[in-house]
Amino acid sequence: MQIEIRDVRKDYGRVQAVRGVSFSVEEGQLLVILGPSGCGKTTLLRLIAGLEPVTSGTIHIAGTDVTHLPPVKRNISMVFQSYALFPHLNVRENIIFGLKVRKVPADEIERRLKRVVDLLGLSGRLDSKPGELSGGMQQRVALGRAIIAEKPVTLMDEPLSNLDAKLRNSMRREICSLQRRLGITMIYVTHDQVEAMTMADRIVLMRDGQIVQDDSPENFYERPANTFVARFIGTPPMNIVPLCPTQGGAALEPGGRLLFPGMDPDRYLFGIRPENLRLAESGQPAMVTGREYLGSDTFVSCEIHGQEVIVRTRGRRNIREGTVVHLTWDPGDVNLFDARTQERVDSVVPARKEGRENPAGSIGG
Amino acid sequence: MNPKIARHVYGWLLFSPAAIFFILFTHYPIVRSCVLSFFSNPRGSKPPRFVGLSNYDYLIHDPIFWQALKNNLIYAFGTIPITISLAIVMAVWVNRRMPGRAFVRAAYFTPTILPMIAIANIWLFFYTPGVGLFDSILNALGYPGRNWLGNPDTALLCLMVIAIWKDAGFFMIFYLAALQGIPQDVVEAGKIEGAGRWYFFRRVTFPLLMPTTVFVVFNALINTFRIVDHIFILTKGGPDNATQLLLYYLFQNAFEFWDTAYAATLTVVIMVILMTLALTQFKVLERRTHYQ
Repeated sequence: MQIEIRDVRKDYGRVQAVRGVSFSVEEGQLLVILGPSGCGKTTLLRLIAGLEPVTSGTIHIAGTDVTHLPPVKRNISMVFQSYALFPHLNVRENIIFGLKVRKVPADEIERRLKRVVDLLGLSGRLDSKPGELSGGMQQRVALGRAIIAEKPVTLMDEPLSNLDAKLRNSMRREICSLQRRLGITMIYVTHDQVEAMTMADRIVLMRDGQIVQDDSPENFYERPANTFVARFIGTPPMNIVPLCPTQGGAALEPGGRLLFPGMDPDRYLFGIRPENLRLAESGQPAMVTGREYLGSDTFVSCEIHGQEVIVRTRGRRNIREGTVVHLTWDPGDVNLFDARTQERVDSVVPARKEGRENPAGSIGG
Repeated sequence: MNPKIARHVYGWLLFSPAAIFFILFTHYPIVRSCVLSFFSNPRGSKPPRFVGLSNYDYLIHDPIFWQALKNNLIYAFGTIPITISLAIVMAVWVNRRMPGRAFVRAAYFTPTILPMIAIANIWLFFYTPGVGLFDSILNALGYPGRNWLGNPDTALLCLMVIAIWKDAGFFMIFYLAALQGIPQDVVEAGKIEGAGRWYFFRRVTFPLLMPTTVFVVFNALINTFRIVDHIFILTKGGPDNATQLLLYYLFQNAFEFWDTAYAATLTVVIMVILMTLALTQFKVLERRTHYQ
């Protein structure tokens, strides 16, 4: 276990920024802390870095209790959101700043610098000041400063949020491949679910200072722990609609086709990803209310009993607003949530069993 | 009216209030001083007459002028480095989170808001032989007192101490503003990299404060030629011209000896010194702009 966070809390006066968080990171793992702004993710990272003292709880890095150690003794490097480069020093001096502090011998510095410069494609820019570089280049310098330290753990605080979309994509891949090649244990904070899904070995999703789910990206997508996660991950997010009573169980509209025999409709929410819905000849009727053409896909918005449901279809679909379409899906793609607690429900035993046994078409239509 | 002309008239009208005051109270006096410095001093019914460079010739051979210039330089180079060091130390000190921070900041700044005349009077009590603060302390410790302001060896030093005391708080405000302009994450990056407080100050904070330092150095230099109020209260240039500064010498010539021609000559010299300083400052600051 490379990093272990145990019941960490951070209060600012009466504001509880981090409210009892525990998780661990394996060696060489890339862990993403994801969450909306204000959820405490950056505070948590700063606690791990040692830039802020914890209110309670412990932090272990590589088996050592570092909870009360200053940043320099935690064996970490860090990349800041704004890069935090020294504006008066050139690229070379920025990158080797920490090595000079630690009085690494000059030939060793040169050797490491050459490697990092080659790795990041910074040659030729060593004498430039940060102000003369583009945002992407500054980002590379900040990465270089973190990598050259050769610390086993690197912390990243939304490092890509100041870059434009295109650059963000390429830097994302670059950071990922660097992390894998160098075997760095990384904690990466972001509010961008795409970054989280594409980069992470594991994601910790936070809300209001607490962990909502700590899981693999696959599970985040396929088995969200509650409606918050389901709506946070995925573009467009998961469709979540209340169920309605019908003869013998629950349906998507009052008196509609029976979906879950014997189920109390008031206790559950029905969730399904837009790409798991299909337009078909027969099935659950829905009225088209709009569409968004994205080139490769078209998002068709439909309405079922006043609830909006988005269907993701491939290519271009020219469906007029007001048309009534029919939707089908595989029962295995359905997610159920508790209507009261909003938590995922895996064991509505009778309903789920029956749902699985039925062929797709018959459930919907 | 032609709209282009109307625009010009409009512009000049906006410009004129400031321009009139500048011309009346700055530019015209400068030109007039320059002209006067080439004329003799009017005495009684004798009107001034053109004397060419003879006033300047007198100035070059005037030992008191050289004494004043030397005093000015000692005063400047003796006070400025200490003032600036103190200002930086105080700024770094009050820039931290600590109880009573606002009070400490205000306390350091107080000397700045006091008029120099008031300050001089306060320090006059400190320096008074026998009963002043310093002598009282010395006597209590068993040392003899001394006539601080009456002794040519210590008089200028006494004035310099006052200047340091007054200006350090003022310059601290500039440094405080500059320190707060240093991004917090740059400071934190230093912590992550393991830079100690002194190392970080030497390699990051101080270089980042450089534009402020340049600004403060030149303003302090210009101030040493401009501010002589305390000399009126404390020494009047004495004893034996030990605290004679250029501007005070100029005042004496103009309003005590009524030698307006020589005063005008001194004015021109001081102005040349100040303008050289100001222009150098602009040049240096321009070269440093990439820091920001």
